[in-house]
Amino acid sequence: MHQLTIAELVKGLRNKDFSSVEVTQHYLDRIARLDKTYNSYITATPALALAQAAVADKRLAAGNAPALCGVPIAHKDIFCTIGVRTSCGSKMLDNFIAPYNATIVDNYVDSGVVMLGKTNMDEFAMGSSNETSYYGPVKNPWATDCVPGGSSGGSAAAVAAHLAPAATASDTGGSIRQPAAHCGLTGIKPTYGRVSRWGMIAFASSLDQAGILSRTAEDAAILLNDMASYDTKDSTSVERDVPDYTATLNDSLKGLRIGVPKEYFGEGLNPETAAHVEAAIKVYESLGATIHSISLPHTGLSVPAYYVIAPAECSANLSRLDGVRYGHRCENPKDLNDLYMRSRSEGFGDEVKRRILVGAYALSAGYYDAYYSKAQKVRRLIKQDFVDAFQNVDVIIGPTSPSPAFKFGAKSKDPVSMYLEDIYTIATNLAGLPGLSIPCGFVENKPVGLQLIGNFFAEARLLNAAHQFQQATNFHQQTAPGIE
Amino acid sequence: MQWETVIGLEVHVQLATKTKIFSGASTAFGAEPNTQACAIDLALPGTLPVANEQAFRYATMFGLAVNAEIGKRSVFERKNYFYPDLPKGYQTTQLAEPIVGPGFVDLELDGGRTKRVRIHHAHLEEDAGKSLHEDFAGMSGIDLNRAGTPLIEVVTEPDMRNAEEAVAFAKKLHSIVTSLEICDGEMSQGSMRFDVNISVRPKGQEKLGTRTETKNLNSFKFMEEAIALEVERQIDVLEDGGKIKQETRLYNGDTKKARSMRSKEDSNDYRYFPCPDLLPVIIDDEYIESVRKQMPELPEAKRARFVEQYGLSDYDAGQITMDKFAATYFEAATTFFKNTASQTGETKLIANWIMADLGAYLNRTEQRIDQSPVTPELLSGLVVRIKDGTLSSKIAKQVFEAITNGEGDADTIIETKGLKQVSDTGALEKIIDDILAANAAQVDGYRAAAEDKRAKMLGFFVGQAMKASKGQANPQALNELLVKKLNG
Repeated sequence: MHQLTIAELVKGLRNKDFSSVEVTQHYLDRIARLDKTYNSYITATPALALAQAAVADKRLAAGNAPALCGVPIAHKDIFCTIGVRTSCGSKMLDNFIAPYNATIVDNYVDSGVVMLGKTNMDEFAMGSSNETSYYGPVKNPWATDCVPGGSSGGSAAAVAAHLAPAATASDTGGSIRQPAAHCGLTGIKPTYGRVSRWGMIAFASSLDQAGILSRTAEDAAILLNDMASYDTKDSTSVERDVPDYTATLNDSLKGLRIGVPKEYFGEGLNPETAAHVEAAIKVYESLGATIHSISLPHTGLSVPAYYVIAPAECSANLSRLDGVRYGHRCENPKDLNDLYMRSRSEGFGDEVKRRILVGAYALSAGYYDAYYSKAQKVRRLIKQDFVDAFQNVDVIIGPTSPSPAFKFGAKSKDPVSMYLEDIYTIATNLAGLPGLSIPCGFVENKPVGLQLIGNFFAEARLLNAAHQFQQATNFHQQTAPGIE
Repeated sequence: MQWETVIGLEVHVQLATKTKIFSGASTAFGAEPNTQACAIDLALPGTLPVANEQAFRYATMFGLAVNAEIGKRSVFERKNYFYPDLPKGYQTTQLAEPIVGPGFVDLELDGGRTKRVRIHHAHLEEDAGKSLHEDFAGMSGIDLNRAGTPLIEVVTEPDMRNAEEAVAFAKKLHSIVTSLEICDGEMSQGSMRFDVNISVRPKGQEKLGTRTETKNLNSFKFMEEAIALEVERQIDVLEDGGKIKQETRLYNGDTKKARSMRSKEDSNDYRYFPCPDLLPVIIDDEYIESVRKQMPELPEAKRARFVEQYGLSDYDAGQITMDKFAATYFEAATTFFKNTASQTGETKLIANWIMADLGAYLNRTEQRIDQSPVTPELLSGLVVRIKDGTLSSKIAKQVFEAITNGEGDADTIIETKGLKQVSDTGALEKIIDDILAANAAQVDGYRAAAEDKRAKMLGFFVGQAMKASKGQANPQALNELLVKKLNG
């Protein structure tokens, strides 16, 4: 049953091949049995899941249930859930239970989707390897001595190990696409504003966007249909109709103009990864797409600009975690300063502290113009690169990540090498564009990701292009070795 | 040396919106601690702000009322600092692109002097909560009911030169925001709070002296006292050869003392940057015009209308319209005169009573005019009886006092106390005849006196007759009759 895609689960539940309670129990059993190896969940929620599944079965029996009714998925532990701890991978929120659901959680509750639990993640989504989690690292199902990518490493590993048929995730600089690449999954980060940020714990508010990790593009389309919505509780949410993303999956790619940015194939890209990406481009050519070499001249500035803007925003976003109202509070504070200093020193891990310090520095008097202001100017240039490029092409294609999943500890001592993991994904967040990663080959038996970047609100086109690729290839159907 | 004082103000005005600036929680004052703080006000993780349109409408009204440019694009920024009553660890405020740009307010001062005070800008921001330092045995309590209440912070240019001007500005501002009904004006509840920037310099010098900021003054009286104290302190320091330290000071209205709160060196680097959770707010001319059309009448326009419509003197109209509630009271009282012939005389009397007796009574009993037990109807009933000669002004004061004691309306009190003014010639003649008979010597003296001495001597007979009538004699009728009889 755990081999089934979301599309197949939807069909099976309708046909009464199995009940939601049966599917849910099956996954809960697998989590209980197998997740010790992967550490992909921070909190499994068996009782809640079975209760939700029972309700879903009633709705299915009554008829007229929404498409996703009864389908179980996992939520990244960055999304607030009523009555269930939302830790954001941090000691700081180890005791935090929100009295509200994130809007995307609510959307799925409305659809009758069952929550299996909350998945592991880099602390406050800061990391590219899931090594910064307070709850320990997550293992990559394809190579358990390697990282699954981050920050949505728990969601990726859970789906790759078939401990959930799909999972929600979030992406600030590549946190959906890079783990998708490393775990052989389909991962989509929608356009900024397409999905509500209400109830998603903020890392960098102008860059954060919720999305999906799934096994196929079709599954991503089905799930995005219900995740996307205009939300008056999020001022940056965009009031725009949500199309049926499944309706255009089978459109022909004939005449699709694909741009290949030369800057995405420069120094630092693993040659074998490059070869797989080039082969994938040939597949698109065979499907009728036309290939165009393009330039995104400011690509090289995206990592430096990102590592000013994201830390600046996070330095303020995380100020609310002060030990006063909720979250970790140190024992016996001497005075107010002691309360702040020890609560935050004890509650946050090193990477979070590093980014708060960098951000506070970049915003401080005398440095604001040199760092924050300049980074915002660069951000506009990066966005303009894409706006110009999309005058001539429909989709931009390149690698998701410079090389396959690396070993634990390989980059955790060198923040800059870790930051370069997201060199191809970060620009999309800075521009606010939708991006997607799909598997396109293997290097050393580890998956390689192909990144597709679309114009604003062109999720349907990205999913269409990804689905057509998956109709022509079988990389996405491979299962990690040792998965039962 | 002659010193000149330079004063600039920063005024926090709480906007009277029903809900908070970024959440749907109520802004009502006085609820149990933390009962009016929702997840957004508590800054729980994952919550997001949504700007309250009404706050923009009110700020726009204010901008129009102080002749200011309205910011077509206004941007919220985060002002970062840690404090337990600041739940997010930053205050959402405006800095580079505020809603209200440069404007001005014209003041009228004693002796007919006028003064223009320029407004540098006014911006929208959220209020913080309150730290409660009592009742928690070694700890502090936090009440977040106020957190997120919308404020406009009005920043003036350093245009005021003494406490009188600063207080006049403060009163004018109070009058504007209460007339616009964008603030309840309850200073004791913190609805308006004044920070006063003060420096002194040798008279004639252009360069400004080092300034201090005295924060959070919440009454005009404290403001006046605090300015006087700080000016004196600064001059003392300078005359002793010292230097003024740039610092923030606190004035205690109970002890009448001020102390330094923090010096500039201790001040925070607030690391402002645009709030990524809130998009820039774009306001167009159409919006501004729609706000302008909905604006309540401003004090100056009202003053002109009161002169025109009610025949008040410009001064009286200015006094009455200074306080929105007084103006409302006045207009309510005048509605009871619709059918009387000599309306102007009565409206003037109403104005006089509001400014004099009623004002004094309300001051003494610490009541607001809009909650006055002497309602506009009761006051107009009294004035009608003064105007028609039933009451002398002296008796009217007695009746007024009886009204304040809840003894009923003027007519009831006149009836039950028998206070009707005696104008009846027969009754007055009887009183006068008795007086003249009883004071024959004085009558002879009067008749023997020269014409120019007589006026003075007349007072004696008036006094006697008034006394005999228990004060109820119509003074004019009494005078006329007396003169007639004495001149015999």
